[in-house]
Amino acid sequence: MNTSNSVSPDRQNDTSNAAIPLSVYDLTVAYHRKPVIWDVSFDIPPGKLIGIIGPNGAGKSTLLKAVMDLIPKASGRVQIFGKSYQKNRHRVGYVPQRESVDWDFPVDALDVVTMGLYKEIGWCLPVRKKHKVRAMEALERVGIADYARRQISQLSGGQQQRTFLARALVQNADLYLMDEPFAAVDAATEKAIVQILQEMKESGKTALVIHHDLQTVPEYFDYVILLNMRVIDHGLTADVFTPENLQKTYGGRLTLLEEATETMRRREQSL
Amino acid sequence: MRLFAMIVLLLSLCPAPALLAAEPSISQESITDRSISLPEWKDWRRVFFLEDYNTRIVILGTTLLGMSAGMIGSFALLRKRALMGDALSHATLPGIALAFILATSLGMNGKTLPVLLSGAAISGLLGIASILLIRNLTRLKEDAALGIVLSVFFGAGVALLGIVQQMQTGHAAGLESFIYGKTASMVASDAWLIGSAGLTCMLISIFLYKELTLLCFDEGFAHSRGFPVVFLDMILMGLVVVVTIIGLQAVGLILMISLLVIPPAAARFWTEKIFYLSLVATVLGALSGMIGSAMSAIFPNLPSGAMIVLVATSMFLVSMVFGIPRGILIRKVRRYQLNTKVNRQHLLRSIYEYLEAHRMLAEKQIKPVPVTALYQMRSWSPTALHKIIRRAEQNDLIETVSGDQIRLTPLGLTEAARVVHEHRLWELYLITYADVASSKVDRDADAIEHVLEPEVIAELEALLIQQASSDILASPHTLEIDPGNTDSSVSQSGRPGS
Amino acid sequence: MNVIREALSQWNWYLDGWIIVAGILCSVATALLGNFLVLRKMSMLGDAITHAILPGLAAAFFISDSRSSLPMFVGAVIAGILTALFTEWIRSFGKVDEGAAMGVVFTSLFALGLVMIVQAADHVDLDPGCVLYGAIELTPLDTVLIAGWEIPRVVAVLSIVLLINLLFVICFFKELKLSSFDPALATTTGFNATLIHYTLMTLVAITAVASFETVGNILVVAMFVVPPAAAYMLTDRLGRMIVISVILAVIAAITGHISAITVPHWFGYGSTSTAGMMAVAAGLLFVLAALSGPRHGILVIFVRRQFLAWKILAEDIIALMYRIEERDPDLKPDAGYLREILFSRAWPTRLTLYYLTHQNQIAGSDGQFELTEAGRDRERQLVRSHRLWEHYLVEHAGMSTETIHRQAERLEHFTDRQLREKLNEDTNETDQDPHGSPIPPEELTN
Repeated sequence: MNTSNSVSPDRQNDTSNAAIPLSVYDLTVAYHRKPVIWDVSFDIPPGKLIGIIGPNGAGKSTLLKAVMDLIPKASGRVQIFGKSYQKNRHRVGYVPQRESVDWDFPVDALDVVTMGLYKEIGWCLPVRKKHKVRAMEALERVGIADYARRQISQLSGGQQQRTFLARALVQNADLYLMDEPFAAVDAATEKAIVQILQEMKESGKTALVIHHDLQTVPEYFDYVILLNMRVIDHGLTADVFTPENLQKTYGGRLTLLEEATETMRRREQSL
Repeated sequence: MRLFAMIVLLLSLCPAPALLAAEPSISQESITDRSISLPEWKDWRRVFFLEDYNTRIVILGTTLLGMSAGMIGSFALLRKRALMGDALSHATLPGIALAFILATSLGMNGKTLPVLLSGAAISGLLGIASILLIRNLTRLKEDAALGIVLSVFFGAGVALLGIVQQMQTGHAAGLESFIYGKTASMVASDAWLIGSAGLTCMLISIFLYKELTLLCFDEGFAHSRGFPVVFLDMILMGLVVVVTIIGLQAVGLILMISLLVIPPAAARFWTEKIFYLSLVATVLGALSGMIGSAMSAIFPNLPSGAMIVLVATSMFLVSMVFGIPRGILIRKVRRYQLNTKVNRQHLLRSIYEYLEAHRMLAEKQIKPVPVTALYQMRSWSPTALHKIIRRAEQNDLIETVSGDQIRLTPLGLTEAARVVHEHRLWELYLITYADVASSKVDRDADAIEHVLEPEVIAELEALLIQQASSDILASPHTLEIDPGNTDSSVSQSGRPGS
Repeated sequence: MNVIREALSQWNWYLDGWIIVAGILCSVATALLGNFLVLRKMSMLGDAITHAILPGLAAAFFISDSRSSLPMFVGAVIAGILTALFTEWIRSFGKVDEGAAMGVVFTSLFALGLVMIVQAADHVDLDPGCVLYGAIELTPLDTVLIAGWEIPRVVAVLSIVLLINLLFVICFFKELKLSSFDPALATTTGFNATLIHYTLMTLVAITAVASFETVGNILVVAMFVVPPAAAYMLTDRLGRMIVISVILAVIAAITGHISAITVPHWFGYGSTSTAGMMAVAAGLLFVLAALSGPRHGILVIFVRRQFLAWKILAEDIIALMYRIEERDPDLKPDAGYLREILFSRAWPTRLTLYYLTHQNQIAGSDGQFELTEAGRDRERQLVRSHRLWEHYLVEHAGMSTETIHRQAERLEHFTDRQLREKLNEDTNETDQDPHGSPIPPEELTN
């Protein structure tokens, strides 16, 4: 009963939204009942490099995590190529922030990249030669094949980031979600990543990248989403990446909104 | 009456100086005589050739236990759940006591292992559930949750044991062996139980090897790929529970955690691969179980649980000191070697740059350099520089001409030229390709100039081929004979070892 | 009742009195220090140290060849401090995870102590069992004469330890507070955080040693963690937390001993381990505190959420009725009509309607409701907040008019008069919301 109800609108959307890599509608996420992003809605075009820009605490990582159901949504709907994330998970590749793992863990770069294939290999089945070959190809693509057998703490920050990128590449997904891939990497790595992003774009993939460095935005991205707790604006970089919009995104804090949110939190506690 | 009986019982267990004199059973021997009587050859043979059926059973059981604990412990360690095992094993005590009381009052034999262990499993799981509840529902952190569950459950267990000891069934005291471990009471069926449960745990973890690895390494990624993280976590905790429980009899609940923690922690010093980590941990666990229980079988006075732990600990200490590649010794040696190498290269480069600055390179004969000039180039103390020079002399890189004059040997000159070349390549690379963004240079790379690998050098040379017209690059900045010259930002990022 | 009376008939003020006194002294001395262990997230270090003093005891015994207190005391304290040191060394030199390092150290030391003690056990009765659960029941039997009074030795020792701990906590209160909160800052401002850390560890070891023989280390571990953790659930202030933890420790000690004597009688057994029951009593107190703490208690948080949900529902109902009245003054909605629009569940809605009627904000007849004058007044404030927010969001947050309604709906419940005035200023005192509806004035001026 329930399932049939939920399937039919999905089918409708299949035809209309299948081409849209990611469609976020009315998404609100709260940590400890304090809202982090409010009523965020946007669609992203296929085959583009898309930057998410915003100040610290604007909810950029939260947005990505909520898209992938890593944290619960307070409200809203997310569709990946017209279906729910659960159904189209295999089409999404995720590059988490480098700090999210313990790099002292006893695995080498090749093992980490192979992890991108674990779902494909299946439960309980061992990793085979062909999987390692594919992982090796991905490492070659990001240019660190020479370090495949190094324990991951012996890689430099840039090489670690490339390892994570390779792990996402090996999945051969259609939509990539990247959480600050350019944070604290060397110039060479940044160039390498940008080049890979360009290659991905040319083969029709879409990448949604959280980015910090405003200077490089017009150079790297075709499309930007300006985020500060809510979407300030989104669209082609040329149209949207304007001083006024940046002022809105980074300047002009919504003091009263923050005050009210704070009261809301306090009142909920003291009630 | 019962209170009195209990006091007497506790008296027999505990020091009570006031009553000590009245105790008739006190030994008349000198209390200084406490040598461990050395066993005879036939005792050794009996144990090591497993002649005795009982010994065979015990050693087999503890070996299997050590193996499974080592393997499961590897994952628990990597998941940073080491101490949860401790709280869990303490939390089993009330279950054991309650299972005994219930079974006995139902007319069954309360002392059979399966009955006691199922009680232990239930209260162990309750303990874990309580930890999770405290951690998730209150603002207390994990450590406090562990401490609360550990002490309160164990206190309840002790209180229940107090009751067990009053039960008419005289064989109740055997439960104490679960606290400290007592392999002597192990019978064949117990060993089979331990063995089969341990093997099952190992099989499960082998089958789920890559899923558990992913869980321990990157939970978020596992979740994003659609692995049921909570379910996997529960499987891991379940495995820990089972291993803990089968170890209670042999090692005791206080020390059980050590079998889960020590072998994997020791194995970590020997490897950088998770596969070998669990393999080495399994072997170390098996060895501790085997040697420990054999020792306690040979020496009648050594408690088995403690011996197993001590064997594991000695392995840990050996591994921590001598382990390769992560032991303390090898790391110290490596750091020493690197420092020596850096110092030598700095010395050679200083001499070379001095010669270059004084236009003495082109001459046929290698000119000597005054040591005092080298002090000015780097912040070396006289003793440190003296040491470095002496070591370089031993390597035939330089020779002392007179009191404070040193000279490069031909070998030294070649080496110095190479070092300077590499250094300048690196500097050039920084300037040309990193837009002098020294903040963006990969500082955490272990391979800055002193440890440049051949392929990196080749890469750099290829990149900079147009600039590399001569064998030895000209320095891209004005040579700084005084330390701290103009280009310090670049040159410093080029040699953080200095 | 009969059983309890029977059990308590064996109550002996001399014996039980001293047992309780010893239990209280031990619990309080331990809980005092435990506050800082819990706040420093080192609860398990207390556990580790209390286990690891065993080889110190045994070694002191081997060296001094006597069971005299002083060498054993010193030996155990040294072992306790070594535990903290070894853990730190293994963590930093061996690059081992802290929990694992602690596990390695204290189990190894405990095993070592166990082996040493078993070697000695043939000759002297140092039993590992009593290290764990002690023999508090024997407290009154070993006495010393102090100033003509016959006082159990343990009570004398524990009193001294309690005094030391108390002095430490009082004298170094602010240093402890600062170094527990931010060790780095403490060091930069001139307090040596490491020194304080190791002093604390030394006192933990001393307390554990002084207590182990009588009450066993299980009670020590429990009292290190459980009363402070319970106090942490009850207050946010460090000073109060310490006082509460001490009170809870006293209660746990008393109820623990009484229940050790009485509870087993209910099931036909004699009394059981007092130390164990004290730990259990402390555990029950913790459960109570965790459930009912005034700000962080589980029940309170739950109830608070429910209340908030109802409050919002009540305001939503009034708001809806106000809007209905605005549009169609004759329509008197019933509960079903309201639920249809608000998507609320049946019985909370009915309950809220009953509450609102009771508060005289709405009046109902035949299941149909209308606003009273008081309700209308209150609602005007809410609508004003709502529409002001909508205006603010459009003007300052650059949001489109279609999306603001829901946000404003959330915010309006948290807007007091002051904030409304600020909003009014920020929106240039308009009188229309972005949808074109009028913003009602703060007060009716007719």
